[in-house]
Amino acid sequence: MILWWIGNALLLLVILPVVVYLLKGVLDAARNIVPSVNRIAAAASAGSKDLDAVPLLLTTQDQVKQTVEVVANYGGSLDVIVDDAEEG
Amino acid sequence: MPAAGVVMIVAVVLIVLALVYYLVSTIVALRQITAGLDEAIEGVGEIIEKSAPVGDVVRDINQNLDAGVDLLEGLLVKKAGLVDAVGLVEGLYPGAAKAGLRNFPDSQKVIPPRISEVYTKGTLTLARLGREAPIAAASPTGPVLRNVEGGSLEARSLYPENRQTRPERLPRSPVIGTDAPVQYPPSEQRGGATPGEAEIREKGPWAETAAEGIVPAELGGSDAPRGMLAEDRQLGSSVLGETTGADEPATESGIDRTTGDEADATSHGGPEPPEGAEPDLKDAAAPPRQVDVDSADAGDGSDT
Repeated sequence: MILWWIGNALLLLVILPVVVYLLKGVLDAARNIVPSVNRIAAAASAGSKDLDAVPLLLTTQDQVKQTVEVVANYGGSLDVIVDDAEEG
Repeated sequence: MPAAGVVMIVAVVLIVLALVYYLVSTIVALRQITAGLDEAIEGVGEIIEKSAPVGDVVRDINQNLDAGVDLLEGLLVKKAGLVDAVGLVEGLYPGAAKAGLRNFPDSQKVIPPRISEVYTKGTLTLARLGREAPIAAASPTGPVLRNVEGGSLEARSLYPENRQTRPERLPRSPVIGTDAPVQYPPSEQRGGATPGEAEIREKGPWAETAAEGIVPAELGGSDAPRGMLAEDRQLGSSVLGETTGADEPATESGIDRTTGDEADATSHGGPEPPEGAEPDLKDAAAPPRQVDVDSADAGDGSDT
């Protein structure tokens, strides 16, 4: 009988607080992760929205190509009409 | 049931209740995390999808730009020479000469010449081509060659100068005449009163000269302060005379203006010749020749 009471005491005074402490730690950690995950999701959404202008790069690509072609044409003309530098 | 058994059952129930509460709460939190991660993964997936072609496009753009830079660098060095090219780059972008030209490693060793404002060779070439040059676009006063006057002055400053820019503005010579921007009324008249407007109208334009004075005193005229005049001033007031400053005649009777050519200044003027002296006629005008007189008479008769 005495051993039974000792077992009851251990159950109530030691095991129950330890179980509660550990479970509370797990719950707090899980709850702290939630806002961080929400912020990551918001950032990913905003980043995705920022990249909506990426297709414009195709226009930039075409325009750069045309500009370089024009510069090349001008350069070729200048090469013909302007004298070269004197060497030495 | 003994009391110890009841207590044990209560303790076990409490432990189970605690487990249930915390585990259920943890499950709820983990589900929120899962939902958030799903949202984040969706966004990241969009990012990956949208940014996939960026690398290729940017590489292509860079290749085209590299080709343009190579072309322009090569053309610049070919036409201006490496040294002048570095000088031009330094003039346009101060400090850029240290980096040198990308395709010309030797350009980093070149000491850039000072071609900061006007590149004569390029200016002449472009002037010959009839084009403007964006040279010295970084100048605080703006591109030189877009300013015709500034471009001219800058080009002239490259050569030895006499009086082009320094001092930038020499005082200009005074302009005299009735239309002169600055009128210089004489501070002193020599011989006669200053003609008024009515007298100028009556006598003609030549009288304006007398009204203006010849050289104003502040520019070193004869009536200038002594300090402004030469030491060997040849003509003083005793020679040049002075005006009375009044219109009253100098003599009591005055000049008889009614006699015209026979006014006293004419009839009583001149030296007194000695008795019996022949007049000196060497400067007198010769009379017309008889041939000319006859010819003139004949012409008059034929006309009538």
